[in-house]
Amino acid sequence: MTILTETKDGPLVLTPDQVEELGKALDELRDRVVADLGERDREYIYSIIKAQRGFEIAGRGMMYLGFLPPVWLAAVAALSVSKILDNMEIGHNVMHGQYDWMREPGLNSREFEWDTVCPADQWKHSHNYMHHTYTNIHGMDRDIGYGILRMDEGQKWNPYYLGNPLWAFLLMVFFEWGVMLHDAEAENIIQGKRKWSDLKPLVKGWWRKAGRQALKDYVVFPALTGPLFLSTLAGNAAANLVRNVWAYSIIFCGHFPSGVQTFTEEETAEETRGEWYVRQMLGSANISGGKLFHIMSGNLSHQIEHHLFPDIPANRYPEIAPEVRALCEKYGLPYHTGPLSKQIGDVWLKIFKLALPPRFTKNPSSAGVIVMRQRKATEVGV
Amino acid sequence: MVDLIDLVQTLTTPHPLDRYLELVRPTLTVRQMRAEITHVRRSVPGSVTLTLRPTRQWRGHAAGQYVQIGVVIDGVRHTRCYSPVNPEGRRDRHIQLTVKAHPGGLVSQYLHENAVPGMVVDLSPAAGVFRLPEVRPDRVVLISGGSGITPVLSMMRTLADEGYPGELTFLHYARSPEAVPHRAELEAIAERNPRFRIELRYPEQGGGPFDYDELERVAPWFAEAQTYVCGPPPLMDAVRKVYEAEELADRLHSEEFTLSTTPVEADEVHGSTRFSASGARAENTGTSLLEQAEAAGLTPEYGCRMGICFSCTAVRRSGCTRNLRTGETDSDPDQPIQLCVSAAVGDVDIEI
Ligand code: FES
Repeated sequence: MTILTETKDGPLVLTPDQVEELGKALDELRDRVVADLGERDREYIYSIIKAQRGFEIAGRGMMYLGFLPPVWLAAVAALSVSKILDNMEIGHNVMHGQYDWMREPGLNSREFEWDTVCPADQWKHSHNYMHHTYTNIHGMDRDIGYGILRMDEGQKWNPYYLGNPLWAFLLMVFFEWGVMLHDAEAENIIQGKRKWSDLKPLVKGWWRKAGRQALKDYVVFPALTGPLFLSTLAGNAAANLVRNVWAYSIIFCGHFPSGVQTFTEEETAEETRGEWYVRQMLGSANISGGKLFHIMSGNLSHQIEHHLFPDIPANRYPEIAPEVRALCEKYGLPYHTGPLSKQIGDVWLKIFKLALPPRFTKNPSSAGVIVMRQRKATEVGV
Repeated sequence: MVDLIDLVQTLTTPHPLDRYLELVRPTLTVRQMRAEITHVRRSVPGSVTLTLRPTRQWRGHAAGQYVQIGVVIDGVRHTRCYSPVNPEGRRDRHIQLTVKAHPGGLVSQYLHENAVPGMVVDLSPAAGVFRLPEVRPDRVVLISGGSGITPVLSMMRTLADEGYPGELTFLHYARSPEAVPHRAELEAIAERNPRFRIELRYPEQGGGPFDYDELERVAPWFAEAQTYVCGPPPLMDAVRKVYEAEELADRLHSEEFTLSTTPVEADEVHGSTRFSASGARAENTGTSLLEQAEAAGLTPEYGCRMGICFSCTAVRRSGCTRNLRTGETDSDPDQPIQLCVSAAVGDVDIEI
């Protein structure tokens, strides 16, 4: 089996041996990191947890002075930071099993819950299993368009997609609810591919989880501030909104900037481990930035490293990134990265462009990487 | 109280209240029990005696029972069982543990070297059926070897505290007199309780191992007694044989005393896997535990089958498994493992 990568300078051919070699190198990298996990990683995650709890308590506390506009703003900011840390650098990563080796009941992927309306077990199914196993494969990875957007040329256009930018905007604003509904596969239900009764267990989980979340943010905490009920309610809603916009933006930058590759089921049938690695690298994109930015993005700014090693503690991604990048260079593979402004611009451009039927968007401006996995190299004329 | 905790937990949802409190002080938890080490004594070479003050959730122990202690070593929390050596029912709510540093024993070595007053450890409620009955037997034989002394010492101290009117023989096997923990305490008990017979044996310095004659010598009335034994497997076997031969097996109570070591070659394929939640069993074929479970007709949850999604995580109750990705073996009891990238090493118990 051969993997062909079309780069700007022409086709790049990776022989099966090279793919295997690359896979081995990545396996070794993984083993090295896993063997080195210890006290340092524990201290790191606990320092993040302490910071998150601090911001949360500060935010909740300042709501009592919410009648002063600057304090209200500070409260929203603190609470937003708390929710972002909870969801991204803590929740997302803990639920990937990144800290299971610590054997801490509070940091175990099986038990952890996060500060968002989507129940952890449902998210782990749609994300850890579906998305991470079938990354960027059409019809398998439901993160491509989240079932409501057209995010790839491979998705057939229809007039509904004229609303692409609007749907994307709504998804951004209500992101936590979108994530919650993700596992329901609403579009499959509408198309009759899935039965309504399949939803029953999901709905139970939503009620339990989202109910408690809403109760906390929209009833109990506002009520505790007495006369400031509405001010606190608005503040909590604003914090949730900020978190939604941020999480959506970071996550969409992980797989949808231009140049990132998608795959078909045939292409990826009977993949080897090495080929799986190659797909993860071609299907993900990083965001460059400083240390604080990486932490606030849950290190999903290192999406490539995360997709290669989803269960390695996130604070290790910046450390191994140079090695991953060097491997990409060695084999001529692209390593998609860029500042947030560029990546997010790319994403929105794509959202707008793909709203239109394909004949209006011929000749995509940036020549992407095309990966062809064929049984024999000769089949594509090399 | 519980309702109040639930109420406060609405505010900290989705995280349990303890996850906030422990950041302030590790012993401040409302639900999770912990204990603070208050005294550390290293009077016997190779072993350490710790006094612990449990948090308020502690309900005490019955003599002979064990507790689990959790400590963090290089970032990983490890849990081990130890039997308190102090008598049951004390007012001061302390527990005393004597930990022998086994060669290769991660936790025991760690405690031996690092335990200091002020250190906080995880603590589980006392458990185990190896304990004195509420109605004390008229006659009692206690037999122990090495660090198996701890649960029976607790029994003897309890009976001594209660002014036990019956007859008691305590027979302990050790390497040398210096290796017997709490020797001064033993002497004091012997002095105060003329009906207690305390016999120490050192087989390595002459003096044979346990046998019928020895038992007959130190407790000629053993047939009417309840006997409690705890120690290394050869001692347990020897005692069991004598009691079975005498048809007294129902009067013999024992506590398994095993060292958690990896006794077998990791790559050798043998042993069998018990899936304890479903009662199924499978011979080890060297494949992943997920495949073994499926071959045995079970349908455990799974996702990626390549170790990335953690859908297949299940608890390994006992035995040793090898991680197929890293080659690492692990035999800590009650640990969650990923079935799709783990293989059995010898006999294993998986809870699915
Ligand atoms: S099935 Fe995904 S980790 Fe085992």
